[in-house]
Amino acid sequence: MRSAFIEELVALAAVHDNIALIVGDLGFGVIEPFADRFPDRFFNAGVAEQNMASMAAGMASEGYHVFTYSIANFPTFRCAEQIRNDIAYHGLPVTTVAVGAGLAYGSLGYSHHAVQDYALMRAMPGMMIAAPGDPLEVRACLRWLVANPGPSYLRLGKSGDPRFHDAVPDIEPGKWLTLRDGDRILLSTGAALGAALARAQSSHQGFGVCSLPLWGMATKASQLDQASTAQTVIAMEDHLADGGFGSWLWEAVSADPAIAARISSIALSDTVCGQVGSQAALNAIGGLTCTQ
Amino acid sequence: MVARADASHIGSALSITDIVAVLYSGALRVDPAEPRMPGRDRFILSKGHACVAIYAALAETGFFPRELLKSYGTDQSPLMAHISHKVPGAEFSAGALGHGLSFGTGKALAAARRGFDWRTVVLMSDGEMAEGSNWEAMMFAAHHRLDRLTAIIDYNKLQSLGTVADTLGLEPLAAKLTAFGWTVREVDGHDHAALATVLSPTRWEAGKPQALIAHTTKGKGVGFMENRVEWHYKSPNPEQLAEALAGLAENGDA
Ligand SMILES: [Mg+2]
Repeated sequence: MRSAFIEELVALAAVHDNIALIVGDLGFGVIEPFADRFPDRFFNAGVAEQNMASMAAGMASEGYHVFTYSIANFPTFRCAEQIRNDIAYHGLPVTTVAVGAGLAYGSLGYSHHAVQDYALMRAMPGMMIAAPGDPLEVRACLRWLVANPGPSYLRLGKSGDPRFHDAVPDIEPGKWLTLRDGDRILLSTGAALGAALARAQSSHQGFGVCSLPLWGMATKASQLDQASTAQTVIAMEDHLADGGFGSWLWEAVSADPAIAARISSIALSDTVCGQVGSQAALNAIGGLTCTQ
Repeated sequence: MVARADASHIGSALSITDIVAVLYSGALRVDPAEPRMPGRDRFILSKGHACVAIYAALAETGFFPRELLKSYGTDQSPLMAHISHKVPGAEFSAGALGHGLSFGTGKALAAARRGFDWRTVVLMSDGEMAEGSNWEAMMFAAHHRLDRLTAIIDYNKLQSLGTVADTLGLEPLAAKLTAFGWTVREVDGHDHAALATVLSPTRWEAGKPQALIAHTTKGKGVGFMENRVEWHYKSPNPEQLAEALAGLAENGDA
């Protein structure tokens, strides 16, 4: 997802001269194509995420669409108040980009496990969460975010993530993308898409698979209609169950108890917190992926 | 305003009133007829709790009707008790400390990259200097030679629970700021002529962001409020308000 991100960002920045990239001293081997091509619009804020986020807001208030880039929890939790007050409350076009979301940096330990970020970011009015499921959804999300500038959070996996679409899909906020049809649905967001497709071949045979790459507080209203067309919807996410995507979906449909009763969730259990290992191993320990 | 709303922070506002008066009587390039004028100087109040001083200046200079000041701090008033970007002439909503200088650094960076000459002026408190984000911004602004960025530090030597010196001492403040790569000046924050000179658009030193240490008195101009921590919290009762206004009138300041 990282290379799709930087390729697409460079392509968009060639057309939109207000796109700027600020990194928090991370991105070696990733961000160079942007930095080399647009040196006037590239900044390294240093290891200083609070200043990076507020400064991005200040630039955005002067007409830039700023992308802040760091890994795991650094661009979100470390500067949560700056995102809340300076970016989201002011309604400014800053896209906070986190790479290595979920358990992609599994071996690096708890500091690098981004498994509570949805809970934080979805609590902010006006914040669009962009959680692509594969590199083609990354491109689709970026194109949408640039065409609709505002406070947003782009949650990326790592390098070498598999493709699940044939072409860049058409996406819109709140709208489920169907990858496999079915009356019962595994509805995935972010990098859990691979796990959803795998479950549809094993523990959940016969289930359809959908991906929801763009969501947030403002898109809750569109969920009830979509959920009502399925017999069962299982939300899937590489995030703790608490405060995550499944919680969001359930809240979104809870006005109709009959529909809400069809919603359940497969997310990470907190048993994974503090454990160390590969992403695959930790996703299995946390209960996201099937071990049988 | 503060008495009518039974609000806090009158001491903090009186501390910066002379600075704000000088900024809005010519030092800042702003136009009440066009609050979003592209070439305006950007003023950011980082110590958002002292907003009554700004609201008064904005009303006095015609950004909005003076009548609106009466709504300060009341239900659903645009004039909330921390500075709000929804008020004409206000650039940024603050309230949490340690945000304004970073936001202003972003504005100054945008101006520098696009070759604009307008200034960004950020007014901060002394207690606020304990926020680490300010020192992150100081490093960034100096490294990128943002010489159209000015930070004014309202150095009234008091913060929430007592003196700055007894809380987390800032001294030697000028030396610290200089060491961070800023050009530093000190001024009596109640001397209008000195403030007007030092806050004129002329750069102090090419390639360096500017820090103005303004030595001030919390609660300035109202004898019973001056240098008293409790006026960070209290709102004057009708007798105290009358006494304060009478005192200011006597000094020709009301
Ligand atoms: Mg003070």
